[in-house]
Amino acid sequence: MSSKIDPVSSGARKPTTYFDAISLAQAEEMARDKTVILIGEDQALYAAGGMFGDVEPGRIRSAPISEPGFSGMAVGAAMTGLRPIVDLTIASFVYLASDQIINQAAKLRFMTGGQFRVPVVYRASMWHNQSNAAQHSDRPYPMFMNAPGLKVVVPSTPTNVRGLLKAAIRDDDPVVFFEDNDLWPMKEVIPDDPDFVVPLGKADVVRDGSDITFITVGACRHPALAAARVLETEGVSSTLVDVLSLVPMDRDTILSAAAKTGRVVVVDTAHLTCSAASEIAATIVEKVFDSLRKPVLRVTAPDVNVPFSPALEKGLFPNEMSILAAARSLL
Amino acid sequence: MSISNELQCETYRRMLRIRAFEKAVEKLIKEGEVPGSAHSSVGQEATIVGACMALRDDDYISGTHRSHGHPIGKGADVKPLLAEILGKATGVCKGRGGSMHLADSKVGSIGESAIIGGGIPIAAGAALSAQVRGTDQVALSFFGDGAANAGVLAETMNMAAIWKLPVIFLCENNLYAATTPARDTHGQPDVARRADGYGIPGVIVDGQDVDAVYDAVATAVLRARQGEGPTLIEAKTYRFDEHCIGLFIKGAYRAKSEIEFYKTERDPITLYRARLLACGRTAEELQSVESEVSRTLAEAVEFAKTSPFPARESLYDNMYSNPVRYPA
Repeated sequence: MSSKIDPVSSGARKPTTYFDAISLAQAEEMARDKTVILIGEDQALYAAGGMFGDVEPGRIRSAPISEPGFSGMAVGAAMTGLRPIVDLTIASFVYLASDQIINQAAKLRFMTGGQFRVPVVYRASMWHNQSNAAQHSDRPYPMFMNAPGLKVVVPSTPTNVRGLLKAAIRDDDPVVFFEDNDLWPMKEVIPDDPDFVVPLGKADVVRDGSDITFITVGACRHPALAAARVLETEGVSSTLVDVLSLVPMDRDTILSAAAKTGRVVVVDTAHLTCSAASEIAATIVEKVFDSLRKPVLRVTAPDVNVPFSPALEKGLFPNEMSILAAARSLL
Repeated sequence: MSISNELQCETYRRMLRIRAFEKAVEKLIKEGEVPGSAHSSVGQEATIVGACMALRDDDYISGTHRSHGHPIGKGADVKPLLAEILGKATGVCKGRGGSMHLADSKVGSIGESAIIGGGIPIAAGAALSAQVRGTDQVALSFFGDGAANAGVLAETMNMAAIWKLPVIFLCENNLYAATTPARDTHGQPDVARRADGYGIPGVIVDGQDVDAVYDAVATAVLRARQGEGPTLIEAKTYRFDEHCIGLFIKGAYRAKSEIEFYKTERDPITLYRARLLACGRTAEELQSVESEVSRTLAEAVEFAKTSPFPARESLYDNMYSNPVRYPA
């Protein structure tokens, strides 16, 4: 999947994929800070392929299939001076690790009265919309928004996945990092500064318009942007805010974007009930109700398990057509 | 290896401190001073102190819900520990953890997990950290016979074995997981035999004999520091009090005669005191330690009782390391 990465000379201004941007961020941070280690299944193969640059073998732990065990070991390592990255691969596996993520990583700084910090990153890649069926297709980030103590990040482009992952690794708190597998092949020219980070808790204002506002989570940025371009040809001007971080959430940017147009569509690949979109919509209604002209709409996956058959999965997740339909109903 | 002459009084002192601490907690519960629940280590002092005396100050320990004794065994100041159990601002965790979640970074106590088995991978992670950082620190995880049946123990022992982590898995087998006898939940009676499945040493030791526990742990520590990997030690011990202090459990799950036997014949403090006298320590020496411990605990009770509760404004402290606006 990836070519060999040299963190030092990788700054050439050529387009980089979302996937390679993740590898680059890990390689750069491991080169920059000896306390960064990587734990996960099948890592030995990637390391042998040079994906992480020239790193001491002890810093890359190719783990047995023991998600609860190695996710907990990462907590202990983080409390005692390391900055582990845990690659959970498929996002649905995060449930196996969730006891250690929620009961330990999220709580130990607080429960020890600040005696310990827990700088660990849990990476989980979301593989929906590819006929992987219900046990490999989840987008579980909303559940982790309900666990105080965690930071929750959903990057959406090669540039911001690299910048956010580097920020997450450098952060002193536990971060659950949800990548979108659909975006792996996406390419763009990314900044060549090895210290380029995208701060956690800052939304990206992708478009600034006056008639309607899209608030997007993760990969939803792209179909929403396509919808905004279609609307533009019809004389409708759109604001588009990509939240990037769900915790901490950039509420100021979201609320001002919502208040500006008074028509808001929140787009999220999670299931409808208690989705990130639900939290965003509720916040908008609570805080800027008087500026709203129409009800806030959520475009999400329905509350059904993700089916295997393409005939059933097709159209289940937010797409340009469903986003356009929601937007038009508000205009 | 047995505990050196120079450390005998300190060993005795720490065992007594644990006993006196638990008695103080019991009294404070009766006085209505303790929020929530508390689990006593009385009866298990030899296992705790024997293990801790074999560790260095910079080694790590992780504990369980029954863990007042572990930081004390590692040498922690009892005042902030007792204040924590009363939910006070001066508590070692500033009143955020309480009885089941003591942690004291000053003595390498990296926390106690009330999720059974939760502390096991955390200790192994601290051992991994020591290995990566190139120090010769070791980590020791205290857990019970109940946690022996949690999946993370199997996963963690396996990873510790393949990576030769400097970690000691110390099972305090007190025969009961709350009220459920180990004989009803273990495929065979010896937790230590599970070590075989991971290719690591498994050792059974008399948990009421502080010298025996020390010897087993010191051997495991030496092995760990030399880069030879983990050891599983099972200390056969006994809890004198109920699962939870003051908790009335209807129905007898332990025979009265069994409890009496351990209290009269197998009390680790009585046994150690007799051994110290037999090997030449004077009664005066031991009495001096005993009165010193009484004074220390009396001062700790006074400190804990008179300390203030945390201020309401401090609620969000230590949620995150850098400013996150809370509440939203």
